Amino acid sequence: MLRIKNLDAGYGKLKVLRRISMHVSAGEIVTIIGANGAGKTTLLGAISGLLRNRTGEILFEKKVIQHLSPEKIVFMGCSLVPEGRQVFSTMSVKENLLLGAYVQHRRDRRHDAHQDLDRMYSLFPRLREREQQLAGTLSGGEQQMLAIARALMAKPKLIMMDEPSMGLAPLIVRDIFAIIRKLREEGNTVLLVEQNAKVALGIADRGYVIETGRIILQGQADDLLSNRDVQRAYLGRDLDAEVKLS
Amino acid sequence: MNIELFFQYLVAGVTYGTIYAIVAIGFNIIYNTTGIINFAQGEFVMLGGMTAVTLHAFLPLPIAILSAVMITMVIGALIEITFIRWLISPSVLRMIIITIGISILVREIALHIWGAGVKALPYFSGTAVSAISIGDVHISPQVLWVIGVSAVMVICLNLFFTYTLPGRQMRACSANRDAARLCGINAKNMVTLSFVLSAGIGALAGCVVSPITYVQYDGGTALAIKGFTVAILGGLGNSMAAVAAGLLLGILESFSIWVMPTAYKDVISISILLLILFVRPSGLFGSKEAAQLKEF
Repeated sequence: MLRIKNLDAGYGKLKVLRRISMHVSAGEIVTIIGANGAGKTTLLGAISGLLRNRTGEILFEKKVIQHLSPEKIVFMGCSLVPEGRQVFSTMSVKENLLLGAYVQHRRDRRHDAHQDLDRMYSLFPRLREREQQLAGTLSGGEQQMLAIARALMAKPKLIMMDEPSMGLAPLIVRDIFAIIRKLREEGNTVLLVEQNAKVALGIADRGYVIETGRIILQGQADDLLSNRDVQRAYLGRDLDAEVKLS
Repeated sequence: MNIELFFQYLVAGVTYGTIYAIVAIGFNIIYNTTGIINFAQGEFVMLGGMTAVTLHAFLPLPIAILSAVMITMVIGALIEITFIRWLISPSVLRMIIITIGISILVREIALHIWGAGVKALPYFSGTAVSAISIGDVHISPQVLWVIGVSAVMVICLNLFFTYTLPGRQMRACSANRDAARLCGINAKNMVTLSFVLSAGIGALAGCVVSPITYVQYDGGTALAIKGFTVAILGGLGNSMAAVAAGLLLGILESFSIWVMPTAYKDVISISILLLILFVRPSGLFGSKEAAQLKEF
């Protein structure tokens, strides 16, 4: 579904990503894990089109998309839930969701929007309760749910999420990951970027480990979970200490 | 001061106040989508009035006004497309300098086309001396036109921003530009639309007010300063606050004649502008926290 070949990207003269190659197949949950500043958000920015400064090749459903604007890429069915939620805080929850359906409107499927709205409300019952409330007054977890629901309103083929667990309480993180799993069961494809490697690898099929702009490791999620380097660097297990204790 | 005189001043104040408010709303619409102050806003008002006067020579008044508004909207779109649209992430300062340049350019072109003479549309109903009397208070019918048209404009704009898709898209762009683009909204088209909208309302305001205040090639600048004062006074970006602030400034100015010579009328608005910028830059109705997040 998504295939990236030799992607370089950065801001101005600063090159952040170097020769990234990866792919996401239909129906998968793929996660990208890495520390702060590794280039995870930059990668999603480059795929979604928000970041113009990129070279290499990005193919979405076998079409080249790296020269397209974010509007066109969303229209093709590749949506991003941006980092830090980014809801339209001065607008109501319902208005946020309806704006998410704007590409459906342009695909001449505007009549589906109200059905989709109901689907979102059953997926996120909290949003139905807060329908008329301004998005800026929601709690962090609710805003994250709204941002995910808004992206889903576009009926994307691939949904990319940037750090959905950032700054949220563990209980809410669990809810959100339960929803991501549910999305996959419904046949969606998810590209998940996370710092919380343990939870992300827990629900993913495959994973990539990114460090200082390069992919240093890739494989099945289970293999990565049991990989000693990954455990030391991202899962917080101090293997040497464990050895000493025993 | 007797009560009749009081109401006479009040009506004059409200008339000017609504015009200031409309100019301020024009500032706000563009500010909300781009984050810049469009200093050519006053020129839209002038262009509307001037074009309507020219067209009225061979067209009936309503059609002349309608065409003038349309033409100004097209000019607004052209200005945005030629000068702003192609800039790749320009700085706020650069965009402001560009709009100041546009304002000078438009003024000079207007001077070449229409000359330095003072023009005006005829009164929409009645003549310059006809008046509607309520008790001992006499109101020119044109004043009612100004207030009525402005009120309708504000209501229509509100409906547009609340209930229509383009209106919501524009609000989305001003709330969060990147998120709006991720919803598939073409942010650049929204900026063009904001220029078209504020050119349109500016032009209409220029038409209805021209029988009272007259239009001249450089008449836009003075209005732009007043409108800017009102926009700042109300809190940048907040259109409803602009209406309140506009009425406040109009009434203050009009009552200032009572204590000061007429020549000092403009001093009021400039003093208020300075005072508010020093003491409360977020405006009377703006929140301080929001103002701190703004680039300008």
